[in-house]
Amino acid sequence: MNDKFKLITSTCVPLPMENVDTDQIIPARFLKATSRKGFGDNLFRDWRYDKENKPISSFVLNNPLYKGCILVAGKNFGSGSSREHAAWAVRGYGFKVVISSFFADIFKNNALNNCVLPVVVSEKFLSNLFNTIDSDPDSNVCVDLESQQVTNINTGEVENFEINKYKKNCLMNGFDDIDYLLSKTEDIKSWELNNLLL
Amino acid sequence: MNTLFDKIWDTHVINCIEDGPSQIYIDRHYCHEVTSPQAFNGLRERGIKVFRPEKTICSPDHNIPTLNQDKPIKDPISRVQVETLTQNAKEFNITLYGLGHKKNGIIHVIGPENGLTLPGYTIVCGDSHTSTHGAFGAVAFGIGTSEVEMVLASQCILQAKPKTMRISIEGQLKPNVTAKDIALYIIAKMTTGGATGYFVEYSGNVIKNLSMEERMTVCNLSIEMGARGGMIAPDDITFEYLKDKEFSPKGDKWDNAISYWKTLNSGEDAVFDKEIVFDASDISPRITYGTNPGMGIGIEESIPCIDDIDDAGKVSFKKSLEYMGFLPGEKLIGKKIDYVFLGSCTNGRIEDFRIFANFVKGKKKASNVIAWLVPGSWAVNDQIMKEGLDKILNEAGFEIRQPGCSACLAMNEDKIPAGKYSISTSNRNFEGRQGPGARTILCGPLVAAAAAITGKITNPSSL
Ligand code: SF4
Repeated sequence: MNDKFKLITSTCVPLPMENVDTDQIIPARFLKATSRKGFGDNLFRDWRYDKENKPISSFVLNNPLYKGCILVAGKNFGSGSSREHAAWAVRGYGFKVVISSFFADIFKNNALNNCVLPVVVSEKFLSNLFNTIDSDPDSNVCVDLESQQVTNINTGEVENFEINKYKKNCLMNGFDDIDYLLSKTEDIKSWELNNLLL
Repeated sequence: MNTLFDKIWDTHVINCIEDGPSQIYIDRHYCHEVTSPQAFNGLRERGIKVFRPEKTICSPDHNIPTLNQDKPIKDPISRVQVETLTQNAKEFNITLYGLGHKKNGIIHVIGPENGLTLPGYTIVCGDSHTSTHGAFGAVAFGIGTSEVEMVLASQCILQAKPKTMRISIEGQLKPNVTAKDIALYIIAKMTTGGATGYFVEYSGNVIKNLSMEERMTVCNLSIEMGARGGMIAPDDITFEYLKDKEFSPKGDKWDNAISYWKTLNSGEDAVFDKEIVFDASDISPRITYGTNPGMGIGIEESIPCIDDIDDAGKVSFKKSLEYMGFLPGEKLIGKKIDYVFLGSCTNGRIEDFRIFANFVKGKKKASNVIAWLVPGSWAVNDQIMKEGLDKILNEAGFEIRQPGCSACLAMNEDKIPAGKYSISTSNRNFEGRQGPGARTILCGPLVAAAAAITGKITNPSSL
């Protein structure tokens, strides 16, 4: 069972880069853990810390002006390796929502499986949102899963976003896919009887 | 509709959730040490067993060293991951081709060579290059760890049906163009996100003439343009490859399998959501210049100029070239390189070693180059010895390391040092992929061989 996803209003952390791949989100050398915890500390590790492990002040996560549980990222966020660790790192750091104009498929799925809501908005909404955050880091965005709406509170812009009914239901009620699959064991066995020829 | 993909997918659907994903049955599950421990933990927390243990095959590959594999793994965290896989396989009763086992190797190399990957199968692994297995006419794709847990728990996953795309390569290939060049060409044309949401079928006379290993190289790279997977309809080349493999069906079962496999192709009336045709004569030996596999050019071409890049992409284009130490508009031919890597699930098979060995035969490795030649599996290694390729390679100044993922990703000891240029037959040139600060130039085995001999980026046709 996961936490139930509620309405979220928060300031945002902007990352206006395109094609941020999962090797940047969580570099491969941090994949060696055998539990799901602790990945947030190494989110964007090589952009966040230099070789001596000192924070790189120009990187947005090290800039105290920007905080909040919403990450706003450039187009094609989460491309590359399918590692779910990327979603754990995003979640572990404390982000509950990622807003972008486009997500790589596997990342999107992984995020949804880990209670991180990927919100796809138009290019225009996204670039306006980057401008808003740039001129006022304290401006808020509201993400309402129930009505599937995202609002740039500063400009009043509202957009609807897509999410399939099943995933929405799961997020709102805090149950997961395995709970569902375990309830279908009889269907699986009868499928096997009729279909497994080889 | 009525595509190869639809035929396999539709027969594997057990339930459709209204306005949600479908419940799909999985015929084969591959498992390595990096993405599985949390899934096994999940089973323990729920107090359940693996539902169909005989359908999962485990092999450690990412963390293993490529020298002295008989000694304990030095890095303690790598060792724990490999040991955890061993323990999990034992506890949950799953086949493990562990370190030291004659079947050990990169999971995407050992599945096919043992006949564990078959046409018509649904195949998953917590690894994006699972698309490799699509070369056999299977629906094969990478999944996340939560989904690994689903497969272990129920032999099913929940997935929305992707859209379908057919990419056809028609015409005549130029000399010295390998399967890797075809794939790098397609990715550059499609861009890294260009096939997101799609399952790709590769077709056309060029694809139909590829060997099984070449087909695996092409399908392997599908993910690099964002596709869920890539596949090629099975044909006589496929059946010939599978005949007599250890786990291929035998006797009557083989005959039945063949008659079923022959139905696995896109019908004349097949409808794809997208169709693209490329002209084979447009493809030359290729290299990448940037930090994603879509940033590629023909080996004699120039890097694009800033003005050629659309506004939204300019920031990442510049950052990428800075990282690589290249300038917009410049040519890469003749640039000095430091490392050569032959291997990975993209180009670590016997045909890749044949191409490389054949090219360097009678020549000498450039003295400024460090070359890592890493077979994808012990079976590939044994074949290299059997054919005497090791002797040819040794005479030219190369050594063969022990199988594993090696320098494809910086998780084991084989890391490219910061700032160094690596000509690599692997699949990803992301920042830091081959080691923090490492600069990766992707290419096929022939371009890699040419660079290893001259120490520079070299068109193999010029030697
Ligand atoms: S060789 Fe590289 S891409 Fe292939 S499975 Fe290993 S790490 Fe992944």
